Amino acid sequence: MELDSKVPSGPIQEKWDKRKFELKLVNPANKRKYTVIVVGSGLAGASAAASLGELGYIVKCFCYQDSARRAHSIAAQGGINAAKNYQNDGDSIWRLFYDTVKGGDYRSREANVYRLAQVSNNIIDQCVAQGVPFAREYGGLLANRSFGGAQVSRTFYARGQTGQQLLVGAYHALAKEVGNGTVQMFPRTEMLDLVLVDGQARGIVVRDMVTGKVSSHAAHAVVLATGGYSNVYFFSTNAKGCNTTAIWRAHRRGAVFANPCFTQIHPTCIPRAGEYQSKLTLMSESLRNDGRIWVPKEQGENRPAAQIPDAERDYYLERLYPSFGNLTPRDIASRRAKEAVDDGRGVGLLKNGVYLDFRDAIQRLGKSVIEERYGNLFEMYERITGENPYAVPMRIYPAPHYTMGGLWVDYDLQSTIPGLFVIGEANFSDHGANRLGASALMQGLADGYFVLPYTISDYLARVGPTKTDPTHAAFGAVEREVGERVKKLLAVNGKLTVDTIHRDLGQVMWDACGMARSRGALEKGLEAIPEIRERFWREVRVPGRGEDFNQSLEKAGRLADFLELGELMCRDALHREESSGGHFREEFQTPEGEAKRDDERFAFVSAWEFTGVGSAPKLHQEPLSFENVPLSQRSYK
Amino acid sequence: MNLVLHVWRQASPTVKGGFVRYEAKDISDHASFLEMLDIVNEQLTENGEEPIAFEHDCREGICGSCGLVINGVPHGPQHGAATCQLHMRHYKDGDQIWIEPWRAKAFPVVKDLVVDRGALDRIIQVGGYISARTGAVPDANATLIRKEHAELAMDAASCIGCGACVAACPNASAMLFVAAKVSHLGLLPQGQPERRDRVLNLVAQMDSEGFGSCTNHAECEASCPKQISIDFIARLNRDLFVASLAQTPERMVAGAG
Ligand SMILES: Cc1cc2nc3c(=O)[nH]c(=O)nc-3n(C[C@H](O)[C@H](O)[C@H](O)COP(=O)(O)OP(=O)(O)OC[C@H]3O[C@@H](n4cnc5c(N)ncnc54)[C@H](O)[C@@H]3O)c2cc1C
Ligand code: FES
Repeated sequence: MELDSKVPSGPIQEKWDKRKFELKLVNPANKRKYTVIVVGSGLAGASAAASLGELGYIVKCFCYQDSARRAHSIAAQGGINAAKNYQNDGDSIWRLFYDTVKGGDYRSREANVYRLAQVSNNIIDQCVAQGVPFAREYGGLLANRSFGGAQVSRTFYARGQTGQQLLVGAYHALAKEVGNGTVQMFPRTEMLDLVLVDGQARGIVVRDMVTGKVSSHAAHAVVLATGGYSNVYFFSTNAKGCNTTAIWRAHRRGAVFANPCFTQIHPTCIPRAGEYQSKLTLMSESLRNDGRIWVPKEQGENRPAAQIPDAERDYYLERLYPSFGNLTPRDIASRRAKEAVDDGRGVGLLKNGVYLDFRDAIQRLGKSVIEERYGNLFEMYERITGENPYAVPMRIYPAPHYTMGGLWVDYDLQSTIPGLFVIGEANFSDHGANRLGASALMQGLADGYFVLPYTISDYLARVGPTKTDPTHAAFGAVEREVGERVKKLLAVNGKLTVDTIHRDLGQVMWDACGMARSRGALEKGLEAIPEIRERFWREVRVPGRGEDFNQSLEKAGRLADFLELGELMCRDALHREESSGGHFREEFQTPEGEAKRDDERFAFVSAWEFTGVGSAPKLHQEPLSFENVPLSQRSYK
Repeated sequence: MNLVLHVWRQASPTVKGGFVRYEAKDISDHASFLEMLDIVNEQLTENGEEPIAFEHDCREGICGSCGLVINGVPHGPQHGAATCQLHMRHYKDGDQIWIEPWRAKAFPVVKDLVVDRGALDRIIQVGGYISARTGAVPDANATLIRKEHAELAMDAASCIGCGACVAACPNASAMLFVAAKVSHLGLLPQGQPERRDRVLNLVAQMDSEGFGSCTNHAECEASCPKQISIDFIARLNRDLFVASLAQTPERMVAGAG
């Protein structure tokens, strides 16, 4: 298999214009002869489905929630980046591009990132026109803030609910098209497989989550916008339903999977309160601007925080990184917290967190300033933990948050299966080995509003408006496979609940392929995962029937796919003998303990081809070259 | 702590439902209400029974999926929070808890505690938006918006579409939901061209979905997890009055079915 990235030639600033001009167009009168399936109604899916509907295509959009508006994008808090330079602080498309390539630790494709920075400005215009109530200044202009360590203020936000407001905007656009009859919406409908006819993506097989009916939908092209796979770890900041099924099923049908081990762990989440908990709540990173992170110097310390004198506290980030202190990047802050907890110096009842302390900030600035800055976050923290962070320090711990890896796509966002496009967090394209804050929302909307609607027309124009046929034998065959799998899940009738097994998988993934990875741990993980998978198929218990609303069955199907994905993640992590971004291999670090990239050997995208469950996947490489952002090692000392 | 739950179980929309008693044992203060139900469901599964169906996703009060009537109150005893944000420290050992789905004609039960809220989507589909075709828009800073208008629009826009307002209302009216949408868009300059049609179409669709009418009980505001103010209902009524003077909307969007 040849991986052709289809990046246009020429200077980077002109590539996208050039490509847009080369793309074949579909005659306006012919657009309604094409059907496009969009799976997912998050920022990526909703914006794509709405824009395609406006263009005149017939669109079918699917999501597993009861309403398109509930997609996981809704939970994003912080904000969305754009290179508007409204603050006149020296921002530009070039700077946003540069920061994103560097932030991704040189493992993303330059041309894609440049395009992302280019269209970022259109996104803000679009959202404002839809009525997204972004924060404003007294003069009526849009307000910005600096986010995630950026040196310019390029982040647009709507209180702490930016994702919600952007998604509601996209949902409105989608609702408009549903009202106009161009988009047909299928909520509570889960895609369980992809259907190929003559090697092209031609439709999907879905299960109606209310009646359990399995059926087929045919189209000229299929777009997956199904989000990330952090829930492979069982506990994460993602919504409970986030899953890998759509992209994993497509992977099994031939779409190669890129950089599966590139995952992001967020440093400031509220630690788990007990075994039963899987959903972890993220606390905004902005808290690190004023909070100081510490653990006791001694192991097994049991005194309350206030009784531990300063001399017996270890402000480890300030000690190790005097210039960045508590504001070191996400991956470093996360790793150091894990070290402290592993060293037996964790805090809280379960000793599974580190302190984020506002005592000094309150003394310096006064309680009212802190309240004004973080009041709602403190309230949220208290609601969840029952502790008052004005009086006792917060406890935080890292948790899986975002997956940079995903299905491989070319510059047109097309996977290795012709006619299968992948957008948003589900693809691998723009963030390399590490995503910067406020850039995921930007990418989802860039893909959906401003990239895919153009690039898909080229594909559609080439295949032509041939008739789609859901009665084609290929659909029947896949439907039967899906039906049999559902039956098989119900038939095991063992003793273990789905969550019990998921928790086991999560623990293995966290130990082997979490914040710090090593050959030994990964090899152990690779032995453990197939065992858990076998145990699942031998001992899982899925109560209820297939022809019914059945949440246990939904969870079981998703876990079955995570059990295959987890193995691929570990293989990828094992193969990548370097540390880059969120992928930290203990064997590859600088003497100071920082990530050590190996550009000689690993400046490429790892794209894995499926060869069967439990059989070694085949590696393909897309070489990466950096012509515009010179390769350099990052340093936060 | 140990608790006694009385949970509404209903196998499907067409069969009769009823309360079933369950015991929740050894629940930690720190568990959330939904985690408590997870624990009960794990036990039911282990005992070979079908777990209780309830809706949830984000578990942080923003997606609007969750929604239970707890001891008669939508989203339970905690003010300004969704069910998923409720923690067990609000309860004590030995408490009896009654758990029901949203009750409204427009929200038929799907199973157990899960209802069909598709009516809310259909209301938005008849005009609860600003028509801004992708790409055909001016620069974001071309229109200045007074900060206080932007803030007020944001207050209205914080609605998560959970439907608690409907469940709380003695008439099962969706007025707060519709008012929040109409106000959010009507407060912004971008929303002006469609303002009149929007309010007429949304209210007409609300009526045809079988929601009741608003008679100012204010229960909706009290149970709203985002504390959306009923002042927005007054705003809607003003808009509706002005729009009705001009009679039929310029453009009718058919119910999207
Ligand atoms: C707590 C939190 C805070 C965040 N904050 C920020 C932030 O401040 N800034 C930022 O830029 N990013 C942030 N992110 C990341 C960002 O929110 C996500 O990466 C982004 O929203 C993903 O959008 P998406 O459209 O790709 O997928 P999603 O929004 O996850 O949507 C996935 C869609 O696919 C559907 N789906 C999935 N599987 C199936 C299936 N099998 N069948 C049918 N439908 C399916 C779902 O129903 C849903 O509609 C945050 C993430 C989290 C978890
Ligand atoms: S689960 Fe999302 S609001 Fe409660």
